[in-house]
Amino acid sequence: MRLSLARREALWAFAFLLLPLAFFLLVRLWPAFQALWLSLYEWNADPAKRAFVGLEHYQQMLGDKLLRKALLNTLLYTLVGVPAQLVLGLGVALLLNAVERFRDLFRAIYFAPYITPAVAVAWVFSWMLSPNFGIVNEVLRLLGLPAQPFLQSPGQALLTVTAVVVWQNLGFQGVLFLAGLQNIPREYYEAARIDGAGSWALFRHITLPLLNPVIVFSAVIGTIGFLQLFTQVVNLNFTDQGGPLSSTLALALYIYQQAFSRFELGYAAAITVLLFVIILLITLVQLRLLSRRVEY
Amino acid sequence: MNNQIRRWVVGAIGLLGLAWAQNVTITYWQYDFKSKVEAVDELIKRFQAANPGIKVIHQTFPYDAYQQKVASAVPAGQGPDVVNLYYGWVPTWVKAGYLQPLPDSLAKAVDSDFISMVQAAKVNGKLYGVPTAVRSLALFYNKDLFKAAGISAPPKTWSEFLEDGKKLTVKQGDRYVQIGYGIAPDGQDHHLVREVLLRQLGGRPYSDDVKKVTYNTPEGVKALTLYTDWVKQAGIGVPNFFPGNNGYRDGFIAGKIGMIIDGSFAIGTISSGARFNWGVAELPTERPGARKANFGSFWLHGLTPQATGEKREAAIKFLQFLTSEETQRYWLEKVGELPARKSLIKDPKLSLNPVYGPFVLSLAYAKATPFVDEAAQRKVMVDAINRVLLQNVNPADSLKQAAAEEQKVLDEFWK
Repeated sequence: MRLSLARREALWAFAFLLLPLAFFLLVRLWPAFQALWLSLYEWNADPAKRAFVGLEHYQQMLGDKLLRKALLNTLLYTLVGVPAQLVLGLGVALLLNAVERFRDLFRAIYFAPYITPAVAVAWVFSWMLSPNFGIVNEVLRLLGLPAQPFLQSPGQALLTVTAVVVWQNLGFQGVLFLAGLQNIPREYYEAARIDGAGSWALFRHITLPLLNPVIVFSAVIGTIGFLQLFTQVVNLNFTDQGGPLSSTLALALYIYQQAFSRFELGYAAAITVLLFVIILLITLVQLRLLSRRVEY
Repeated sequence: MNNQIRRWVVGAIGLLGLAWAQNVTITYWQYDFKSKVEAVDELIKRFQAANPGIKVIHQTFPYDAYQQKVASAVPAGQGPDVVNLYYGWVPTWVKAGYLQPLPDSLAKAVDSDFISMVQAAKVNGKLYGVPTAVRSLALFYNKDLFKAAGISAPPKTWSEFLEDGKKLTVKQGDRYVQIGYGIAPDGQDHHLVREVLLRQLGGRPYSDDVKKVTYNTPEGVKALTLYTDWVKQAGIGVPNFFPGNNGYRDGFIAGKIGMIIDGSFAIGTISSGARFNWGVAELPTERPGARKANFGSFWLHGLTPQATGEKREAAIKFLQFLTSEETQRYWLEKVGELPARKSLIKDPKLSLNPVYGPFVLSLAYAKATPFVDEAAQRKVMVDAINRVLLQNVNPADSLKQAAAEEQKVLDEFWK
């Protein structure tokens, strides 16, 4: 039987797609289902002693004050971190786009933090932010400002962690936005300028709408990233993880603690499911709200 | 002829079976700490020489990934047969099915030959592990800084400690250049409040059956107040004065902290790092000659449910070897941790040693906190301290809250 070219191409495509599909099902989706299953059991290392408890773990969540704190903190991280990261990333991209010379050098400099291991970044920052010996407070003192406790204060620690993460993600955001900017045809700007548009109008009516796909992508990826925040939280305050006084405790860290220092794997799995649902809902809402079709 | 062949065949099968039975491989896991890893490697060599049929595989993991590895490997049947763990984790691990009880013979040996704090390795009357070594707390002090501040001897009472601390604290403007005491609520200090100060003042942290929190008393408030006043009233220390993971110890090693309270496990790090004269003293007491108290802790070796049949036999043999007198002596020389057996602790050579001595003497009255959920209970006490230091909550209110939170943890475990 002879197949049309289009069909043959489609068959090949499906053949190649099978591998990533199998990978996705086995490595991504299957464990997710297992987590769902695990969340309904009281975990025991001895399979004979595992007990089905139904929705008990989900009930347990309702009375868990620390979980509420972790949830609230995680939402705060996201609410502050994502917009900050978008605005600053766009700012860096606009500046990078404006220079011709050394653009690649600057791009590399801004991108470097993103590929630096998060643990190393966290450790260096925990030194720089030290109240007594840190260089940040040294600078504040030089400027005649009072020294700040940063990570040592329950009031400042969460914002400090957020700032470190934003700083680290800045390069990635910048490069994404830069690519978006360079995809906008120059003719649009030229035409608008001839019509007498100022730079704000150019930005407002050309740059921003045409960057919409990048903004949506960045916002979604950034949100998921902040909702799963873990490494920096653990390493910026290593001894008192999530501290001081649970002020930096994030959901992912709480899950880790439940699973691997309290061995409550069933309960940890239940919280994982909660995190999954939160991410799913927020992402759907974001896609809805942000990616309005733009006419041009 | 036929008979002979048969006998020969049966004999061969028997021999084969014997050879098979003698080749048992067991796995030992611990976290990665250089001197301990080297010591265990050497001990395995000695053990295998004495027990030719048993092979021991030794695997280590970074400390922060250790429990995670155990949690995922044991249920999958790939983890260790013999596992090293902190005594405070035992109830949690037992509840989740990661440890099996040890035979009565070992429990009896622990009752008669090991110092009493090792009883903390029992849950509901059953023994779940045996330690090679134990640790206690003492005061490390920088002799050079003491001399420069005109102090001749380490403090014997907490009021002397406070006066010395003030002399050792140096400030430039709002910044501390040097501090008297390396205060660290999440280091050893939560033990200091609960097991040392509280008991010295006549209180006790828990009821005998460990089902009730009993520190929310005037003694408890006094203990927490005494401790937090070092920061709030006297200013002889600031938490996180020196950055990093073990800032209080690093700051001491850097010569910027006059005194720290740390465990015997810190001896190695301090003696290899410190570039000055330092000394160790028993913890101060409230008045000269007043009641002494100390916090003792240990890492123990337990068996996972994987060790069954021949493997269990071999694993128990290895466990006995790891906790034998001979091994404990070697452990002290090699790792610097104090032996867990009564007989060795009584050795005067050890108690007169200027560095080990104070720790060994403390073992006589040291108590190990009977944790049921170490992570949660540690957090309760660290938070109680931090509420006072960072949020200006008064010690009585903070302690009251801590007692309520910790009672919930205990109730949760015993329900």
